[in-house]
Amino acid sequence: MDVRVIIFVIFAIAAVAGAISMVLARNPVHSAFGLLMTMFAIAVFYIMNGAHFVAALQIMIYAGAVMTLFLFVIMLVGVDTSDEAEEHIPYQRPLAMILGSGLLILIVASGIQTWVNAAAQTGRGSLGTIENVSDELFGTWLLPFEATIFLLTIAAVGTIGLAQFAFNLRVASGDDDE
Amino acid sequence: MVDLIWLVIALPLLGAVGLLFLGKRIGEPNSGRIATLLVIASFFIALIAALPAFGGDFEGENIFLFEWLPSLGVNFSLLWDPLSAMMTLVVTGVGALIHIYGTGYMDGDSRYPRFFTYLNLFIASMLILVLGDSFATMFVGWELVGLSSYLLISFWFEKPSAAAAGKKAFVVNRIGDFGFLIALMIIFATFGSLSYDTVFGNADKLQVGGATVTAITLLLLVGAVGKSAQLPLYVWLPDAMEGPTPVSALIHAATMVTAGVYMIARSASLFSIAPVSSGVVATVGALTALFAAIIAIGQRDIKRVLAYSTISQLGYMFMAVGATAYVAGVFHLLTHAFFKALLFLGAGAVIHGMHGEQDMWKMGGLRKKMPIAFGTMVVAWLAISGIPPFAGFWSKDEILAITYGKGGAWVALWAVGLVTAALTAFYMSRLMFLTFWGEPRWDDGIEPHESPRSMTLPLVVLAVFAAGAGLINTPFRPSLEHFLEPAFAFIKVAHAPEGITPWVLAGVSVLVALGGIAVAYRRYVTRTLPVEEGERWDLVENGFGVDDLYGRTIVLPGKAVAESAAFTVDAKGVDGLVNGVGGAVKRLADAATVLQTGQVRSYGTTMFLGAVAVIAWLLIRGGAF
Amino acid sequence: MTMSDLAVTAGWYMALAALLFSIGAIGLLTRRNALVMFMSIELMLNSVNLTFVAVGKELRTLEGQIATLFVMVVAAAEVTIGLAIIVAVFRRRATASVDELSEMKG
Repeated sequence: MDVRVIIFVIFAIAAVAGAISMVLARNPVHSAFGLLMTMFAIAVFYIMNGAHFVAALQIMIYAGAVMTLFLFVIMLVGVDTSDEAEEHIPYQRPLAMILGSGLLILIVASGIQTWVNAAAQTGRGSLGTIENVSDELFGTWLLPFEATIFLLTIAAVGTIGLAQFAFNLRVASGDDDE
Repeated sequence: MVDLIWLVIALPLLGAVGLLFLGKRIGEPNSGRIATLLVIASFFIALIAALPAFGGDFEGENIFLFEWLPSLGVNFSLLWDPLSAMMTLVVTGVGALIHIYGTGYMDGDSRYPRFFTYLNLFIASMLILVLGDSFATMFVGWELVGLSSYLLISFWFEKPSAAAAGKKAFVVNRIGDFGFLIALMIIFATFGSLSYDTVFGNADKLQVGGATVTAITLLLLVGAVGKSAQLPLYVWLPDAMEGPTPVSALIHAATMVTAGVYMIARSASLFSIAPVSSGVVATVGALTALFAAIIAIGQRDIKRVLAYSTISQLGYMFMAVGATAYVAGVFHLLTHAFFKALLFLGAGAVIHGMHGEQDMWKMGGLRKKMPIAFGTMVVAWLAISGIPPFAGFWSKDEILAITYGKGGAWVALWAVGLVTAALTAFYMSRLMFLTFWGEPRWDDGIEPHESPRSMTLPLVVLAVFAAGAGLINTPFRPSLEHFLEPAFAFIKVAHAPEGITPWVLAGVSVLVALGGIAVAYRRYVTRTLPVEEGERWDLVENGFGVDDLYGRTIVLPGKAVAESAAFTVDAKGVDGLVNGVGGAVKRLADAATVLQTGQVRSYGTTMFLGAVAVIAWLLIRGGAF
Repeated sequence: MTMSDLAVTAGWYMALAALLFSIGAIGLLTRRNALVMFMSIELMLNSVNLTFVAVGKELRTLEGQIATLFVMVVAAAEVTIGLAIIVAVFRRRATASVDELSEMKG
C-alpha cells in the first residue's frame, strides 16, 4: 500500500473532523479551532499535490492571518452561545441537511466513474515552487495580479470607511459609553 | 397674382394665430381692426386674382404649395377656378362686412379680441375648404369650420344654453362628417387618390348610376346634410342662434352652411352620373325647404325665424344641385349670402337697439326709430320673398323653372318649392310687420336707437348687393353661368326651359309671393294683432317637436349607453378588471414577501436549492442518470 | 483491484472537497452566528481551492495553483470587509446573530 494513501486517509479524517466540529461547536472559538485543523490538513494535501508555495501561503495567510483575525473579532464581539439553542426558522435544519447531502450526492454521482477509474498519477507534473509559480503569475497572469491590488485597496478603504461609519452612528445616537 | 392666392388663406390665419397670442395686449378696438383689415386684404387679393376670370374662358389652375400626403396622392395645393373664385369672393367679401359689423356689435365685450381670433379662424377654415384642390384638403377645412363654429356658437359660454348649443352643433355635425369621411375612404379605394383632378378626371369611367358612385354620393350627401342643416340633421342651426349675431350671419350666410352646397357642386362630376343620389338630394332639399318654412311661421324669436329661413333657403339650393342645376344652386347661394347676411345683421341691429330683446311680439313700430336698419331690411325682405328685380327673385325663380322643366316627378318638387315660396313671403312679412310696423310693444325702459356707423355701413353695402346681385345672372344676360361654365365644362348642367314657360312660372311665383305678403299684411297690419297661442302654434313653434323626438330616441338612449359605459362597464368592468389585476399582483406580491423573511439564512437556503436544482438538471440533461 | 494497487487519484481529493463543501454549506445554513457563518464560507472556499490544486496536478499545469492564489486574495478581502461589517453591526446592535438582523423583511 502506497504511503500516500495512508497520509491521505489520516488527513482527510482530520479535515472532515475539523469541519464537522466547526459546524457543531456551540462556542465560536471552538469552531475557529476546528477550521484551523481543516486548513492545516488542506495544506498537507497541497504539498502532496506539489503545490509547495500555495501550501506555505495557506498556512501563513489562512491559518495565520485570517484565523487570527477571526479569533480577534470573536474576542471583540464576545462569545455568546445563548441564542444557538433553538432554531427559529421552520425546517431550516432538515432543509440544510437535505440540501447539503443532496449536493454531495450529486457531485459524487456526477464524477464517480471518472474519479474512481482514472489512472493513478505517475508523473510528477510541474512543481509549485516559488520560481515556477512566480514565472506563471508575473507572466501570463500579470494583469489579473495587478487587478488584485485594486481589490485589496478597495477592501482596505472599505474597512476603514465601515469603522468610521459605525463610529459616526454611535456619536450621532449619543451612546458614547465605551 | 394667382401665385399669391395662398395669401388669401394665410392672412386670416395669421390674424387668428397672432390675435390668439397677442390679442389681449393689442386690446379692444385695434384687435378688431387688424382682423377686419386682414380679411379685407384677402378679399382684394382674391378680387385681383379673379380679374382674368371675369374675361371669360377661365379654366382654373392649381397652385402647388407643398407635398403633404403622397401616399394619398394629395399635395397641399390650391385650386383657383371660377367656382372656388366665386366662393372665395363671397366668403371674404361678406366676411369682411361682418367683421366691420362685429367691431361695432361686440363693442365692450369682455372677450373682444378672442371673438376676432375665432372669426379670422373661421374665415381661414372656410377658405381652406373652398380653395383646396383635393377632398383631403376640403375635409381639413370642413373640420376646421366645424371647430370654429363650435367656438363661436358657444362664445358666450357663461350661458348654459350657449354652451349646449355649441355642443349640439358640434355633435350633429360629427354625424355628417362621419358620412363624409366614409365617402372619402370609398373614393380613395375606387380612384386611388383624393385629388380632384384624379377623381373627377376618372369619374366617367364609373358606371352611370352604379352602386359605387351612388354610395359615394349618398355618403357625401350625409356630410352635406350635416353641414348645411338639412333634414334630418338641421336641428343644430336654430340653436346656433345662441352665438353673437355676427356669428349667426357668418355661419348662415357666407360660410359654414354653404359648404354642403359647395361640396355637392364641386363633386358635380360624381353627382351627375348618380341619378338616384341626385333625386335624393333634390327631395331632401324640397322637403327641408317646406318643413323649415312652416316652422319659421311659428317662431317668436326674430333670429329663430331667420334660422329656419336659412334652412329653408338651403333646401332650395339642394333642390337645385339635386336637379343638376349647379349654376342655379351656386347662384342662389350667392344671392342668399347677401340678403341673408343682411337680414341677420339687420336683426342684430334691431336686437342691439332693443337692448338684447329678441321677441318680435315685444317690438313693433321700429321703422321710425331705426330708419337705416328698416330700409335695408326691406330690401332683404323683398329679395328673399322673390319680388323682382331683387336678387332672390332671379335665383329662386331659376331653380323653380329648372325643376319644373325636368318634368315627371320633378313637377311635384316644383310645387313644393312654390308653396315654400308663398310661405317664405308670409313669414318674412310677418317678421317685418311685427318688428317695424304697428304700435310699440316694448318693455318698459327700452329706448330703441339706431346702431353705430360700423354696423350700418355693412347693412347699406349688403343692401346694394341684395338688390342688385340678381342681375349678374338674368335670363337676358347669364353672366354667372358663363363665368362658371369652365368649372362644369364636362357635366350636363340642367338649364331653364325655353320659350314662354319660364315667364309663366315667374309670373306664378311672383303672384304667390305677393299673395303671401298680402295675407301677412291683412293679418298683422290692417287688423288687430292675432293671438298666436294654443296647441297648434305651440307645435309649430317647437318645430313639430323634432328636438324632443331626437331627445327621446337618440339623446336619452345615448346618455343611457354613456352612463352604463361610465358607471357600469367602466366603473365595474374595466376598473374591476384593472383593480383585479392590480389586486392579483398585490396578492401575488404579498405571497412572495413570505420569501422575504429578512433572514439571511433563508435566502441562503433558497440559493442552495437553486444550485442543487441546476446541478441536478445539468446532470440529468448530460445523461449522468 | 487489490489493496496494493490503491493509489491517491485526483478523484479522491474531489470527493473529499465535495464533502467539505457540503459540510460548509450545512454550517452556513444552520449556524446563526455571523462569525461561524463566515468560517463556513471560508471552509467552502478552501474545499474549492483543494479541487483546483488537485485538478491542476492532474492536468499537469500550474494554473490550478494560480487560481487558488487569486481565491485566497479575494477571500482575504472578503474577510476583512465581512468582519468589519460584523464589528460595525455589533457596535450598533450588540449582537452577532443574523436572525436578529431582519429589518429587510418583506
